Amino acid sequence: MAAVLESLLREEVSVAAAVRWIARSTQSSEDEPGEAAALSALGPLRKEFVPFLLNFLREQSSRVLPQGPPTPAKAPGASAALPGRPGGPPRGGRGARSQLFPPTEPPGAAADAPLARRGGRRRGPGPARERGGRGAGGPEEAVGGESLGWAGGRRPRGAGSAGSPSLGLSDPPNLSNLEEFPPVGSVPPGPAGRTKPSRRINPTPVSEERSLSKPKTCFTSPPINCVPSSQPSALNTSLWGLGLAPGCRSLQEEREMLRKERSKQLQQSPTPAYPTPESGSPLPSRTGSLTAEAADPARVSSCQRLKLVALVYSSCIAENLVPNLFLELFFVLQLLTARRTVAAKDDDLEPNPGALDPLESPLFQSVHDCVFFAVQVLEHQFQVLSYLDKGTLKLLAENERLLCFSPALQGRLRAAYEGSVAKVSLVMPPSAQAVSFQPETDNRANFSSDRAFHTFKKQRDVFYEVLREWEDRHEEPGWDFEKGLGSRIRAMMGQLSAACSHSHFVRLFQKQLLQMCHSPCGAGGAVWGEAPDVLSVLGADKLGRLRRLRERLVAPQSSGGPCPPPTFPGCQGFFKDFILSASSFQFNQHLMDSLSMKIRELDGLALPQHEPGDEDGESDVDWQSERRRFAVVLLSLRLLAKFLGFVAFLPYRGPEPPPTRELQDSILALRSQVPPVLDVLTLLRQGLGARRAVLTVPWLVEFLSFADHIAPLLAYYRSTFVLLLRLHRSLVLSQEHEGGTCFLNKLLLLAVLGWLFQIPTIPEDLFFLEGGQLDASEVDTVASEHGLDSMPVVDQQLLYACCPYIGELRKLLASWVSGSSGRSGGFVRKITPTTTTSLGAQPPQTAQGLQAQLAQAFFHNQPPSLRRTVEFVAERIGSNCVKHIKATLVADLVRQAESLLQEQLVTQGQEGGDPVQLLEILCSQLCPHGAQALAQGREFCQKKSPEAVRALLPEETPAAVLSSAESIAVGLAIEKACAWLSANITALIRREVKAAVSRTLRAQGPEPAARGERRGCPRACEHHAPLPSHLISEIKDVLSLAVGPRDPEEGVSPERLERLLGQLGQTLRCRQFLCPPAEQQLAKCSVELASLLVADQVPILGPPAQHRLERGQARRLLQALLSLWKEDFQVPVPLQLLLRPRNLGLLADKRPREWDLLLFLLQELVERGLMGRTEIETCLGSVHEAQWPGEFSKELATLFNLFLAEPHMPEPQLRACELVQPNRGTVLAQS
Amino acid sequence: MILTKAQYDEIAQCLVSVPPTRQSLRKLKQRFPSQSQATLLSIFSQEYQKHIKRTHAKHHTLEAIESYYQRYLNGVVKNGAAPVLLELANEVNYAPSLMARIILERFLQEQEETPPSKSVINSMLRDPSQIPDGVLANQVYQCIVNDCCYGPLVDCIKHAIGHEHEVLLRDLLLEKNLSFLDEDQLRAKGYDKTPDFILQVPVAVEGHIIHWIESKASFGDECSHHAYLHDQFWSYWNRFGPGLVIYWYGFIQELDCNRERGILLKACFPTDIVTLCHSTA
Repeated sequence: MAAVLESLLREEVSVAAAVRWIARSTQSSEDEPGEAAALSALGPLRKEFVPFLLNFLREQSSRVLPQGPPTPAKAPGASAALPGRPGGPPRGGRGARSQLFPPTEPPGAAADAPLARRGGRRRGPGPARERGGRGAGGPEEAVGGESLGWAGGRRPRGAGSAGSPSLGLSDPPNLSNLEEFPPVGSVPPGPAGRTKPSRRINPTPVSEERSLSKPKTCFTSPPINCVPSSQPSALNTSLWGLGLAPGCRSLQEEREMLRKERSKQLQQSPTPAYPTPESGSPLPSRTGSLTAEAADPARVSSCQRLKLVALVYSSCIAENLVPNLFLELFFVLQLLTARRTVAAKDDDLEPNPGALDPLESPLFQSVHDCVFFAVQVLEHQFQVLSYLDKGTLKLLAENERLLCFSPALQGRLRAAYEGSVAKVSLVMPPSAQAVSFQPETDNRANFSSDRAFHTFKKQRDVFYEVLREWEDRHEEPGWDFEKGLGSRIRAMMGQLSAACSHSHFVRLFQKQLLQMCHSPCGAGGAVWGEAPDVLSVLGADKLGRLRRLRERLVAPQSSGGPCPPPTFPGCQGFFKDFILSASSFQFNQHLMDSLSMKIRELDGLALPQHEPGDEDGESDVDWQSERRRFAVVLLSLRLLAKFLGFVAFLPYRGPEPPPTRELQDSILALRSQVPPVLDVLTLLRQGLGARRAVLTVPWLVEFLSFADHIAPLLAYYRSTFVLLLRLHRSLVLSQEHEGGTCFLNKLLLLAVLGWLFQIPTIPEDLFFLEGGQLDASEVDTVASEHGLDSMPVVDQQLLYACCPYIGELRKLLASWVSGSSGRSGGFVRKITPTTTTSLGAQPPQTAQGLQAQLAQAFFHNQPPSLRRTVEFVAERIGSNCVKHIKATLVADLVRQAESLLQEQLVTQGQEGGDPVQLLEILCSQLCPHGAQALAQGREFCQKKSPEAVRALLPEETPAAVLSSAESIAVGLAIEKACAWLSANITALIRREVKAAVSRTLRAQGPEPAARGERRGCPRACEHHAPLPSHLISEIKDVLSLAVGPRDPEEGVSPERLERLLGQLGQTLRCRQFLCPPAEQQLAKCSVELASLLVADQVPILGPPAQHRLERGQARRLLQALLSLWKEDFQVPVPLQLLLRPRNLGLLADKRPREWDLLLFLLQELVERGLMGRTEIETCLGSVHEAQWPGEFSKELATLFNLFLAEPHMPEPQLRACELVQPNRGTVLAQS
Repeated sequence: MILTKAQYDEIAQCLVSVPPTRQSLRKLKQRFPSQSQATLLSIFSQEYQKHIKRTHAKHHTLEAIESYYQRYLNGVVKNGAAPVLLELANEVNYAPSLMARIILERFLQEQEETPPSKSVINSMLRDPSQIPDGVLANQVYQCIVNDCCYGPLVDCIKHAIGHEHEVLLRDLLLEKNLSFLDEDQLRAKGYDKTPDFILQVPVAVEGHIIHWIESKASFGDECSHHAYLHDQFWSYWNRFGPGLVIYWYGFIQELDCNRERGILLKACFPTDIVTLCHSTA
């Protein structure tokens, strides 16, 4: 590999040719013969070049970029920087190869000095542009020949063969499987090897076994952030160095020689030299806010070389030969913002005249070199940069190093910043909002039983209770989801017995997920692009402090570097943990079903066809809302797909891949039998075919990011990955042509795919598949010229929402400004777009046949809004039609049912017979009327749809278009309504009639009087009557005073009693606030009061002697009560209470007893028709049976006789003594 | 009548071991003349209920019941007209109505030899004249009319108060031209949980969106508010979004802490209502 880079650096091969060579296996006619020869000789190495280059750069930069996760401290004197890493530069292996890179320039040397000095060895001072032909022979040829032989041995491994991605599966003895064939004498891959801290790009022979032999567990940082020092390198060296396939031997030899060479050098130069004056301090703090070393363009050590590497590197980036565009940008920005060179106490930097390999000499010898290189690359990547968000652009444009090294680029960036409108808002996660209760789907009729209905009612509440508790507590330290909520969740899930309940719960769960995790929350969010403006107002010196404050205030969580693992940020975490804690097979299955269905639905959504001719002003408004709609659909899809992936691969996921090949094979055999949970491959093919990659791929990536270790090895998913790789390769950003994929669309696709390729479970060799395999079959982008891909549906807001890790670029730049070099910077949270559109209606089903085709054709040449309007109208009118039929026809039938039922009840007596039978009779009579529904529905749609279409379409719509649109809307609405009605009308009528029957039968039961006509308030009533509750309280007070115990001074004035009864009358007549229970209580209390009056038990306030009511007053009060009972009460008054033993017994306590009031009351009751004589007689009869004191019994008997004998008014004064006198007739006559 | 926690605690402190009688209420009103009677009564009732919940079990042990019954019997043998049961209840610090229930239950058990059904007992408490023993009937009735926290009469008063405030709220909504669905309409549609009113078009009260209004004719203390949150308010929120609770007799200020979350407390009908403006253009 080094040979290629060497050829480049020697300018034997132009960069363009080299990139062409790397990107495509075939030679281009553009290549010059000399280059072609040089390159074809290196053919087999093609696919290893890019990983080599990337690792080379990482290695080179490792000592300049100390930031990142802590790596083991370098022991002084240890060789660290450039040991033979798998992808590292194989140094020394080529024997006496002349040194390409000159010794390190002394600091401060003029930038052009190296060029001049190297002039002798180089063919000319020009950079890679120079393509002078080279004669055969010389060291290059030797290198080439050696390489050929070296690579030739590797050929059997299929490295050069184009086409089949068999990936060495068929090779019988898998010598490169390190598990099976451990390198002789090597350290077995222990835990240290397994916890390789970051994904390094290795020049791996393409084989599936690689994923087995090199499990990747950690995935939190990009390669660059995690510079593995000696330990993993040594391990890897040993892994790769020994016992490998014959093809590897030369590599192994190379390493062996390298190692010797290194030790030699170590001995030669025991005193390490430091590359920069500042590096005197041995181990500078890695995270402290170092004062950055000033970068000086004049102190760059080897401009030419750096330029060349930058060009190669940039070209690889441009051709999408690197897996992850943004990772490379991040790396470059790290170089740009490098603070100072770490004191690396090794001898790498020691000028070692005469012995150094061109690749041996460090590429980055100082911060100046880094910055120079970074600025070079950034210049090439300007186009991508210009599409970043405004805040990032500002930080870039304000970067003083950039200004210093390339004022031109700075100028372009500033212009881009000033022209940018790409403000990305930083929105806090919204607080939860519940899914609303919808009677159509949630009421009792949707459940199999009352029990299921009520269980679900409770579950909904438990679900939200759990959710709220999570919201409150999940950020508390020490709080644990499982411990806090697990058992409650499982208890709730345990109650979901019926399958139908599961589907209800899953619907709630999924809706809540969609609502919470990307709910529109435009309000209250800061805007990214604005923050720097604010800061610049405050002054640059406060910037750092403010930023740190913000970091603490806003969100301390880091989004995990430019390549974070798939996570569940914010509210998503709740749903993930819920699934885990629930650990319910049924729930997971229902959830997968539901998610799959929703994904298919959204993926197939008819997103608008952007008509190129439709570019007038109004369509601009449309286009804005279309873009919002797209964003909502895309984000929903990604969320759903993420959860689908999570649940679908959950049973297979584990931290480690299967330990042995046999086990893996058997698992593969087993798994290949299982159909995929969702046919993503077909959906991807369809998406690519319809040029809707920009919609399909981002969610697919989310889904695949949860794949377990085995899934990517399955043929099915492998095909999916190959398709994705082809797509990735085809998305060259610089290629822009009419009808091609829009730039930001491409950027989004590159970002998500790049991210996917970094996922640990995705085999790392996948990306570096032999190019030929990818070239073999181009992605079929047939037919559809105006797919979504060619429409500007993606904006920066969406890009950052889907790929928050792009924000790491900005964070990196910001932390440079603030002076803190730690990676703690994390004010980025999940970016949520400020969209407010709903997911919108599904396209209605279209009728088949010619009419449908005509309708489609009609829409083809109309603005898309017309179609949307018509579909919308049809959908709504169809739905309204059903509601209308329910409210009219069905309601009429229910009324008929009620009256039929009443008749039935009258004829059959109160019980009315068996309710089930009754229902059957009614339904058989009524259901046939349901047939009218279709006719009425049709009529409704015909009337309503045109009105709605007319109202919604522009006034200027041509008459013919309007009438066609109307008739299509009518047709679609009728189709929708009638389809529903014909399928459901009978069931609907049945259901409603059933409800009516049970209602009627229930109402039939108690208190028929209460159902009787109730009078309301009189007209013009102002509802000023006292409140019933107040009256009950008042009467209760009087009763308690009467019943006692009471204080001597307590009592009631006669006026108060009269006022009370007056108020009672008012209340009973107003009725505004009266409810039946209150009225019943009032009736009862009034009867009790009457009893107490009759027995003269009410303590009266007044002159001490009196303390009792005058007879006349008592009569007046009784009269008032009688009149209330007669006129005002609308509930039955329990008058029989008056004659209960307890109430009559009140009389027994008084001495002397006075019976006249009772007799008066009884006769009045009869007189006013409040009680029948016989009723009273019955009551008195039963009273007589009770046990009474002797003389009281006698008096009572006398009273009965008196009452029975005398229908007329008794004497006002009827005393006990009179009652017991023999001649009652006389007594009465005297009155 | 929004009270701070401290104000509330001061009132609650005065209510410890106070029997739920007419006389106690009168004293309470004299002690806190600035508070409305309804609020005081509501707080008294709630505090007393808490006290009863705490001590309920103690009065329902077999020994306790037996001893109460014996004391009752001894008392009425001496003087059937004396308030034996009421005084017993006050003496052991238990609600008269509940004491009446204990004795009635015990009495019926002796008569019937089988435990009487709840409905029979309830029916007798509602209408003591059904009680076969005349003396007991009077004693029970006396307990019921003298109890201002428990018993069928009090239950009915509470129910009536609740209803009246719902009616009041409905009138206010109609007056403000806010269209709504009431509980009965919601039930008819098959809603599983029904606040008093759901607004058909949400409004903003003091800057908070509300979808539903629940009327509570009581004082909102911690205990009852938490129970309502759990059984009702959050359930409404779970289905209909944020809403408003009106505690007509006031509440503890500190409880109004879920405004941001979507539950707003008020002690009266809000005046600051913002409605959705329909543009007529």
